[in-house]
Amino acid sequence: MDALNVYAAKLAPQQESLAPGHRACQGCAELLAVRLVAKTLGQDFIIANATGCLEIVTSSYPHSAWKVPWIHVAFENAAAVASGVEAGIKILKKKGKYPVDRDIKIIAQAGDGGTVDIGLQALSGALERGHDFMYICYDNEAYMNTGIQRSSSTPYGASTTTSPAGTESIGQVTMKKNVVEIAAAHDIPYVATASPSYPFDLMEKVRKGAEAKGPAYIHVLAPCPTGWRLAPNLALSIGRLAVETKVFPLYEIENGKYRMTVSYKNHRPVIDYLKPQGRFRHLKEDNIEFIQQYVDASYERLLKKIEMSEG
Amino acid sequence: MAKKIGIEVSLAISEAVKLADVDAIAAYPITPQTHIVEHLSELVADGDLNAEFIPVESEHSAMSVCAGTSAAGARTYTATSSQGLALMNEILFIIPALRLPVVMTLANRSLSGPISIWNDHSDLMSVRDTGWISIFAENGQEAFDLTLQSFKIAEDHRVMLPINVNIDGFTLSHVIEPHEFLSQEEVDSFLPPYDPPLQLNPDKPVSMGMVGIPEIYFEAKKAQDVALIESKAVIKEVFQEFGEKFGRTYNVIESYRAEDAETLLLTMGSIGETAMEAIDIMKDEQGKKVGLLRLRLWRPFPVDELRELVKGIKTLAVIDRAVSFGGTGAPVGGEIRSALYSTEDRPYVASFIAGLGGRDVTIKDFMDMVNLAEKMETEQEVHEYKMIGVRE
Amino acid sequence: MAKNFSEMTWKEFGLAFMVTNPGCSAEYRTGDWRSQKPIADKDKCIKCGVCYLSCPDGAINLAADGTYDFDYDHCKGCGICATECWTGCISMVEEEN
Repeated sequence: MDALNVYAAKLAPQQESLAPGHRACQGCAELLAVRLVAKTLGQDFIIANATGCLEIVTSSYPHSAWKVPWIHVAFENAAAVASGVEAGIKILKKKGKYPVDRDIKIIAQAGDGGTVDIGLQALSGALERGHDFMYICYDNEAYMNTGIQRSSSTPYGASTTTSPAGTESIGQVTMKKNVVEIAAAHDIPYVATASPSYPFDLMEKVRKGAEAKGPAYIHVLAPCPTGWRLAPNLALSIGRLAVETKVFPLYEIENGKYRMTVSYKNHRPVIDYLKPQGRFRHLKEDNIEFIQQYVDASYERLLKKIEMSEG
Repeated sequence: MAKKIGIEVSLAISEAVKLADVDAIAAYPITPQTHIVEHLSELVADGDLNAEFIPVESEHSAMSVCAGTSAAGARTYTATSSQGLALMNEILFIIPALRLPVVMTLANRSLSGPISIWNDHSDLMSVRDTGWISIFAENGQEAFDLTLQSFKIAEDHRVMLPINVNIDGFTLSHVIEPHEFLSQEEVDSFLPPYDPPLQLNPDKPVSMGMVGIPEIYFEAKKAQDVALIESKAVIKEVFQEFGEKFGRTYNVIESYRAEDAETLLLTMGSIGETAMEAIDIMKDEQGKKVGLLRLRLWRPFPVDELRELVKGIKTLAVIDRAVSFGGTGAPVGGEIRSALYSTEDRPYVASFIAGLGGRDVTIKDFMDMVNLAEKMETEQEVHEYKMIGVRE
Repeated sequence: MAKNFSEMTWKEFGLAFMVTNPGCSAEYRTGDWRSQKPIADKDKCIKCGVCYLSCPDGAINLAADGTYDFDYDHCKGCGICATECWTGCISMVEEEN
């Protein structure tokens, strides 16, 4: 498949491996990201899906939105199930029970909860064992499917149903766990952040991750209008603001080398990203200042890593 | 017939797994199962077994990986004990619901707490209702034979359910016993390759593990239950075929010298071998009318066979190796009372618990239990369960 | 589904209740959910395809003339397409039904 680094929708693959009729909320950017992933991968792939929004909305009996083989087992084991599918097909090929030249991509899909919290162990195990698969985390920054409870991927200051903003609390008091760096620490061939607001960047990264020999990890920021408390039609524009304000930089780590894949000459202040979202509505000036400093510092650290990679 | 080879039972089980040409093994080490998985990894490393050995990072992942390999169409095996079994608990319910024929050796070991590496059946009893077929092996030969038969049973299209083959930890897993191994040709003539009815294959996409909305969940459980109950017929068929081919026929309940018995002991697992010796002494030296039933198939519970075997029996002493705290009977004892509730002429059922946490159950213990049970029967003593061998 | 699945007996379902009809969710009309629907002024459409790549439900399809048509059976009326459209040729109007 050719590299997709030009915004030309007509060059995007036409086929849809995800069918409409799934039960996602209006404006669900996670499902858009999934649709783009499925488009990119074609038809020869198998998905191991964790419990979560994605699984629930695409597999309400008897309606499956999946046109490719798909298995859901439990919440925290997408990486383990994917490991099994990968190993199973590998040995079946070795024993002549599966066509050897058939290139089948194994994909694990999970939300932030199923990756960064309860799924971290299985993810680490799968990455360490070096299975040839791609793990995609669709991060809507809370346990959205069960009612917007906080996860360790919920950003500082966000109000969720288990870290609500109140007189004694600003909501989430911890910083978002950097699972992208955790994945990179396993020395895997490909790691990337992605966003459905930048479809060609996302699709190119999916292509690269699928082609990498060994484990690949892609972290997708998936704006959730329902949980982030903003109008559905703004799902993609808020995703753009996340990148423009440096909150969610789009970069990749290919064999340990860092590279920014979407750059802006001038960035916007974080308040532009926080203001439209109801989950941040309670934040005061000093909270926003703190967040700005944190975002600036994190971005600087990332730039240093990119610089080291270029040197 | 091949000559007998003295080998540790764990290694004999590994040999069975090798002869079964298993495709994928995902296991995490835990005492006392370790020798099984160690030997399997050696067989793979030396090219003696063409399989993927996946060294997972926990038992929960072990069973999850097994779900993946089995769903992909690979013949799948794993082994665990005690805490490992407890850790994979969540996934154990899902495997039979997905109708995946995983075969697992369960080296029975006590559940914590307190932490104990020694043998009893509390681990198996904690997963009683998961929907797996459960079989007991009492000696090395049985462990070898039943492991092979399990693949055939599990993968039969009429069954498609996972099986746990139980061996008592340390007391069986770590002892050296004589085994008559089958040759590869013999195994191949008995066990065909795994032919999954449905698998994860892009040529024929399926979605496994759909949401069980209220309109279908009940039906899903009924279908699973019927499959487990009806698997007994296939189990007996496979036992029969194995017996005809190789001369060792297994039964869902083994009966030992019960012909003219008035009192029967009922055991599960290796203590049955000790019980047999006790029965011999009681019959031959004391002239007692006693016999022994060894329950081989725990799930699906062989109700018809049990009811048939206790006809005319006055006293049935059931010996459990696990406790159901505050219940109405130990797990096996309680179920047997339940199975016999509707039988008009049923024996007095004494429910005993012995040998928890590796405590030895001796020949003398069995003789005491027979006497105690008969005394309780005479007095028609009402009891839920009694712990035998605990210091009081 | 010939017979309504909520009337089927336990015997009539497939092994492990797997779904063997890939993508059959398309039978479900999520279009019934919406309270507003997109309409496009095709004269202003520049055929960029941004709407097509922005729809979470895949409810926008390439038309023969290179513009795009809405799949009203599945469109949930989220309005992303109207917001993202480069020429602003898509507007959201009240759904009458």
